[in-house]
Amino acid sequence: MESLEVKNLTHHFGFTEILHNINFTLKKGEVLSVVGPSGGGKTTLLHLCAGLLDVEEGSIQNSFKSTAFAFQEGRLLPWKNVIDNIAVGLLAKGEKKDEALKKSQKIALEFGLEEEDFTKYPKDLSGGMKQRVNFARALVTKPSLLFLDEPFSALDIGLKKELYAHLLDSCKENEMSILFITHDLMEAIRLSDKILLLKADPGHIVKTFEYDTPNDKREEIFIYEQSAKILQDKEIIDTFELNTLELI
Amino acid sequence: MKFLFKILKDFPAYLWSGWGAIASTLLFIALWDLGNQVYGNLVLPSPLETFKTLYIMLQDKDVWQQIDITLYRASVGFGLSLLFGSILGLIAGFFATASMMSRPIVTILVGMPPIAWIVLAMIWFGMGDETVIFTVVVASFPIIFVGALQGTRTLDGDLKEMAESFGFTWYMKFFDVYFPHIFSYIFPAWVSGLGMAWKIVIMAELLATSDGMGAELAIARSQLDTPTALALVTIMITSLMFIEYIVLEPIKREVELWRA
Ligand SMILES: Nc1ncnc2c1ncn2[C@@H]1O[C@H](COP(=O)(O)OP(=O)(O)OP(=O)(O)O)[C@@H](O)[C@H]1O
Ligand SMILES: [Mg+2]
Repeated sequence: MESLEVKNLTHHFGFTEILHNINFTLKKGEVLSVVGPSGGGKTTLLHLCAGLLDVEEGSIQNSFKSTAFAFQEGRLLPWKNVIDNIAVGLLAKGEKKDEALKKSQKIALEFGLEEEDFTKYPKDLSGGMKQRVNFARALVTKPSLLFLDEPFSALDIGLKKELYAHLLDSCKENEMSILFITHDLMEAIRLSDKILLLKADPGHIVKTFEYDTPNDKREEIFIYEQSAKILQDKEIIDTFELNTLELI
Repeated sequence: MKFLFKILKDFPAYLWSGWGAIASTLLFIALWDLGNQVYGNLVLPSPLETFKTLYIMLQDKDVWQQIDITLYRASVGFGLSLLFGSILGLIAGFFATASMMSRPIVTILVGMPPIAWIVLAMIWFGMGDETVIFTVVVASFPIIFVGALQGTRTLDGDLKEMAESFGFTWYMKFFDVYFPHIFSYIFPAWVSGLGMAWKIVIMAELLATSDGMGAELAIARSQLDTPTALALVTIMITSLMFIEYIVLEPIKREVELWRA
């Protein structure tokens, strides 16, 4: 059984402790989200899990067959157009060129990009378009574990909804697991089986929320109810310092 | 191949955009003619006279031979700079120590006036091809070296990480991640290196040889033959403009479409 196991993970940048004693397990087919304040170490945690940073203390065991990463800041190749950017992941896996391009075009359309955008370079794309290209590049490789760093942050609600559905579909189809970061609690509730709440300075997990209803069967009302509930949660209020707002 | 085709396809549009350049060239010639009317034929022969002289010169086999000699020296010097400047610059860029060590050397090479090099080269190599080629190399090598070095040093670490995360092959890393970035630095350096080589070759010939276009220029000067001097200058300028605007610029445009 494929899984990602993080045990007693602690990480420093220089002398600053960024992550402190993180523990969790991600099983096959599971969607796990990480929420927490900005600068709390979420991206760092994701990079460690994906092997982009070296683990210093503790351990990470990743037995997933393949992974793909959608970065927070896009990281598109500036000298490649939209389709060629999406295709790089497939080409790196050894896929044939025309096959890779066909798949890339298909997913680009599904991600709401238009044919006239296909030949544009990243410099001519909007922030949300770049984000979609970055996301599509990762998803199109059909990894068994997908890392997503705030993939929806620059998108409008309509696009978000479409992409949620798309993501859940391919999740089911390929039994894909997802580890993703978001600032949107409602989004986390909509998609995840488990939510890790990461408190800052240094980043540590203060609470885990679990949702048993399968994520493709969650109705709007369920999501609103749970969102209202989670916003009352003491740990959430504490971590995001929501109470100080009320005092003002 | 597809790429070459695209360059050719966009070429007419590029030429069309050259109207402005043609207009300013004609304006320049008009001013030149005005200068001739003010200062007289000895100081500044009219454009017409210059072009006539040029026309007669171009009929002469000997002139072509001189042009050949100069071209040969410039291309050997520039070719050497291109080869070694690019390769050494890349190497220096990939290793932090090498780039630190090369810094003072580059500063010396860039900072030293070419005229001083010519004097040294004349002492070392005497009068002839070697002196000229040496000076050309010394002048254009550092430009290309610095271009290659900068290109390599400024590679984006985030993109490397991205390539890593998708498991790019060695081949893809080089051609899709490193090469386009480095090329966008190295290509302009080649262009300015070439311009430099062309200027220096004339200067070195003028001072250190008895053949080539520079030497012709020296002769024209000693005989106060201003039309010939100007005709020679016209040859030098048009040939450089041809290479820059007709050959290099279209390539550069295609290669750098992605640039903001
Ligand atoms: N390469 C690095 N070197 C030094 N410090 C770093 C580095 N990367 C991140 N940090 C620091 O680590 C902390 C956590 O950064 P991280 O990017 O993980 O936050 P985040 O939770 O993803 O924030 P956001 O939600 O705003 O994206 C920050 O204080 C940041 O300054
Ligand atoms: Mg982040």
